[in-house]
This record gives sequence, C-alpha cells and structure tokens, in this order.
Amino acid sequence: MFKKTLARLSWVDIFLRVLQLVAAIVIVYGLVTTFTTARYSSEQWATLAFAGLAQGSIYALIALGYTLVYGILLMINFAHGEIYMAGAFSTVFLAMYFDRNGFLASNPLVAIIVLILFSAAISSGIAILLERIAYRPLRNAPRLIPLITAIGASFLLQYTFRGLFGSQFRSYPEVSILRGTWTILGFNVPIVQPVVFLAAVSLMITLYWYVERTKAGRAMRAVSEDKAVARLMGVDIDKVIVSTFALGGALAGAAGVFNGLFRPQGVFFLMGFFPGIKAFTAAVLGGIGNIPGAMFGGLLLGLIESLGPNAVLEGLGIPAANQLKDAIAFTVLVLILIFRPQGIFGERLAEKKA
Amino acid sequence: MAMLEVKDIHTYYGNIHALKGVSLEVNQGEIVTLIGANGAGKTTTLRTISGLLKPRQGSISLNGEDLHKYPAHELVYKGIAMVPEGRGVFSKMSVQENLEMGAYHRNDKAAILSDMDYIFGLFPRLKERRRQVSGTLSGGEQQMLATGRALMSRPTLLLMDEPSMGLAPILVEGIFDTIEAINKEGTTVLLVEQNALMALSIAHRGYVLQTGQMVLTDNAEKLKKNEMVQKAYLGID
Ligand SMILES: Nc1ncnc2c1ncn2[C@@H]1O[C@H](COP(=O)(O)OP(=O)(O)OP(=O)(O)O)[C@@H](O)[C@H]1O
Ligand SMILES: [Mg+2]
Repeated sequence: MFKKTLARLSWVDIFLRVLQLVAAIVIVYGLVTTFTTARYSSEQWATLAFAGLAQGSIYALIALGYTLVYGILLMINFAHGEIYMAGAFSTVFLAMYFDRNGFLASNPLVAIIVLILFSAAISSGIAILLERIAYRPLRNAPRLIPLITAIGASFLLQYTFRGLFGSQFRSYPEVSILRGTWTILGFNVPIVQPVVFLAAVSLMITLYWYVERTKAGRAMRAVSEDKAVARLMGVDIDKVIVSTFALGGALAGAAGVFNGLFRPQGVFFLMGFFPGIKAFTAAVLGGIGNIPGAMFGGLLLGLIESLGPNAVLEGLGIPAANQLKDAIAFTVLVLILIFRPQGIFGERLAEKKA
Repeated sequence: MAMLEVKDIHTYYGNIHALKGVSLEVNQGEIVTLIGANGAGKTTTLRTISGLLKPRQGSISLNGEDLHKYPAHELVYKGIAMVPEGRGVFSKMSVQENLEMGAYHRNDKAAILSDMDYIFGLFPRLKERRRQVSGTLSGGEQQMLATGRALMSRPTLLLMDEPSMGLAPILVEGIFDTIEAINKEGTTVLLVEQNALMALSIAHRGYVLQTGQMVLTDNAEKLKKNEMVQKAYLGID
C-alpha cells in the first residue's frame, strides 16, 4: 500500500513537499523565537501593522489593474508598474505647483482630489494608448508575444519619462493637515496612514460596485467569460477592453498620489518597478483575475512586508531585517507560484479557457 | 424577398475551407431547419450569419439589407439573436444577470422587466432559480436560460444551434414545444439539429448540409420521406 503511494509520487512532488515543510518550519521558528523573547511592544507592532495596511491598500489598487486586464484578456500587463509611475511622476509637478501657490495649504482637500483626478487621468490615458497601440494588434498572437511587448513598453515609458524630466529624485510636498497623529484603538497612528487606507478602500468598494452592479460592469464580466457570446448580446468587446485598461490605469494613478502622500520621497522614472512587481505578487497571491482577491492580496502583502522582517526574520537572527522588505515580497511570490499558483481565491489556471 | 438570404458563402478557419458555397433562405414566420452530420458546417453557417465569422465570399442579407458591413455586436440591433452551440451561458452570473445580458442592447427598462416575466412564464424553473449561479444549473435549465436570454433581445430571427444536445428525450420535447410556441408568436427560427426527426417535425422547410455544401432542400414533410435523408439522418433503411 505505502509503496504504491510512494511510487505514484514523483521526485518533484517530494522535493516540493520538503521545501514546503522547510519553509513552514523556518517561518514558525522565526515567529516563535521573536514572540518568546518579546522583542517588541504591542505599540511597535501596531505601528508596523498600520503602516502595512496603508502600504497594502496602495498595492491593492495597483494589483486591481493587473487582475482586471488578466480577467478580460488572460494577459499580464507588465507595463502596469510604469502606468502607475506615469501618473505619480507627472502629478508630482502639479503637487509642487499647488504647494508653491499655497493651494495645497489653503484648500488641501480640494487640492488632493484634483491631484488624484489628474494622476488618474494621466495613467488612464497611457493605459489606453498602450492597449490601442501595443496590445490590440497582438490580440490573436501567441501569449508570449504581448508579454514581450509589455516589457518593451515598460522600458519605453521609463525612458520617455527620464527623457522628459531627467533622472533626479523628486518628492511630493508635505500636506500639513496630514501631519500629526490620530489615536486608533489606543495607538498613536500618523493621520496619513488611515486616510490613505480609507480612501483606497473606498475606491475599491466603488470598483466592486461598478463591476458587480452596473450594466457596464456586467458587460465586463460577460467579456471575461465568453467574448463570442458577449458579442452576440451586443457588447462591443473592444470598448470593454479599452475601458478595462482605463479603469485599471485610473486606480494605479490614484495609487500614485496616495503613495506620494504616504511616502513623499522617491519619485523618479524607475519608481514603478517595485510597486509594479509587488502589486503583481499581490494579484497572484489573491488569485489573478479575481477582484476581491487582488484587494485582499494587496492588504495581506502590505502586512507581511511590514510585519515580516521583525516577526520572522529577526527571530531567525538575521541582522538589519528591515532592509529585506523587498526580498520578502519576492519570497512570497516564489512560494505562491510553487505551492498555490491559483492564489488564495483563484480557480486553477488550467481550467480557464485561454 | 426572403427575410434572410444567404448566397454562396465561403467561410474559412485559417486554411480550412469550412463552407464551400452555402446558400439558404428563411422567410418571415418560418421555422427552417439545417441538418447535417458532425463537422458538416452547421455551426459555422450560424456563426457566419451572426457575424462572428466573416465569409470570404458570398453575401448575407436580412430584409434586403447586406449584413457584411456590421460587426457581430451590431447585429442584435438588426433583430438577430443566437442560442449558441453548448448554450454559452455566463456560468459565473446569476440566472437573472444572464437574462439581463440578453437585453444588453435595450434601454426600455419597463419593457425589459415585463419581458423577463414573460420568460419566467415560459420557463418557471428559471424563476425559482433567478438568483442561482448559472454554472450550477442542470443542462436542461441551461438550455432554457440560453433560449430565454436570446429571447430577451426581442429577436425577429432566432438562430438555434443544437438546442437538444445532451438532453433527455422528455426535455427535448419540451424545448421543441417552446420553439414552436416562440415561432407562433412571430419569431422566425433557423434551427440547427442533429435530431433530424424532431427538427423536421416542427420545421416548415429544411436544408441538408454535407461537408460544407448544401446538398438538398425541400419542405419538411418531403424531406422526412426522402430516401437519402432517411438513410443518413433518420436512421431508417
Ligand atoms: N475553430 C475552428 N478551427 C478550425 N476548424 C474548425 C473550427 N471550428 C470548426 N472547424 C472545422 O470546420 C468544419 C465545420 O465545423 P462545424 O463546427 O461548423 O460543424 P457542425 O456541422 O456544427 O458539427 P457538429 O454537429 O459536430 O456541431 C469541421 O471540419 C471542423 O473541424
Ligand atoms: Mg455544431
């Protein structure tokens, strides 16, 4: 009996099982050492968690762009990080202008809303152009080809922005009303974190409502399930595809401004790379193509990234664990791709049409 | 002038020449059936009429208007609806959402609601399950849904691709009764079927397709008695 079962297992399966076990043991060991030595106070954990949620909500907004496009075209738009960069980078100039002429100080709420709309419009416009120029002609091409094109488009966007604005770093101006702290559940939290989190979550709820409750959203779901049948019902699938790119772009643009409020520094032409890959990780984590999955995956990744270094890595005795944030995101990506490629909420990729 | 006139169409899948000059006509108010063996090109014919495939040659006109210039998604405005092969229900959507998709091109909300009631009258099973996710419906229920969804567009010409496929005989009878009822209310039907006997029993006329070519056409009664049809499609020697 036992031998038979053993014979059916391939070496790859065994290797993966062992790897899974090792990963689990390492993580648990790290957690246990950290918490038995009580290295940090609950105040410190809360600080990390709130920052993680704010960061995660930004990942979630970007992740939605990946997931929306994948849901409709079964294509990973690897230029999406650059779509985010385009909005965030363009808008930094408007933000600096609003700062100089005092608009940001006198009318912060209106100013921020204008910034968000501006950034959303830029990112959305670029996403539409990409679809129109780079992806649409390749819609019936083998899947690898638009992927390569997306990478090319990434470079094109990066170096266009470098050409336009140079390679120096810029920063979003500080917004005075977002300075200071709020007390939440007895912890002091920088105001900007819950503000970004709530704004991002309300955008996500709006998106969910749009997709689930409106006629246009229904058409989008129809196209994602069966393009031919959707056309028979009168759905112009080109329009739906463009609006999907536009929507994903707009969310990424908004995320660019939220990021500027949350972490003002580091605006430059390569700024889309890490958030792009991390949001992609978040989308895969939640189950690519699944909208609530992208939201949840983003928040979860933000938390893992924020709590992970202190909770796991330090327990393992790794020095300067905080600098390993980015490594955590990629480790998460590798682990999900190996052990649960369909993500938390996703269906198995194999059963999708494609 | 016939309502639908298909003249000598040639449709290809890449290099595969699937339709080699198919012509057919459907008159207002008729049920016309298209029968043929597996791979004869029945589905291809319907997909070409509905605009999903463009013929390389030949013409298709509806009420005298050439349809060539319209993309598939505009044909529903011309009154064409299709129940696709394998039903094609949106499996992640609820029954009600599927029906609403059928009325996608319409904006007359009140009339859409009353049409939905009409569909629920036609298929009470769907009414009980209006909130259920369509992927979990039985095959027969999915067929009802696909038919109801097509009717929600208020078609003048309904294209049906093997509505009896995979259904128990008793359900097949129900579906065919419904087709007759729909037709009596004024919808013209072009029906593709493998179940030639059933199809010919409700149709006015029929066409026989063989490897991409029309080989025979006659009224339904005569086709049923035709020796070649009896041999090839009715299983009578
Ligand atoms: N997507 C496709 N790509 C290539 N060839 C196709 C495609 N679809 C159909 N064909 C070919 O075109 C011919 C006609 O197919 P079609 O589906 O129209 O037949 P059918 O009469 O509907 O058959 P069935 O009764 O099995 O549904 C067949 O030879 C088939 O192999
Ligand atoms: Mg067929």
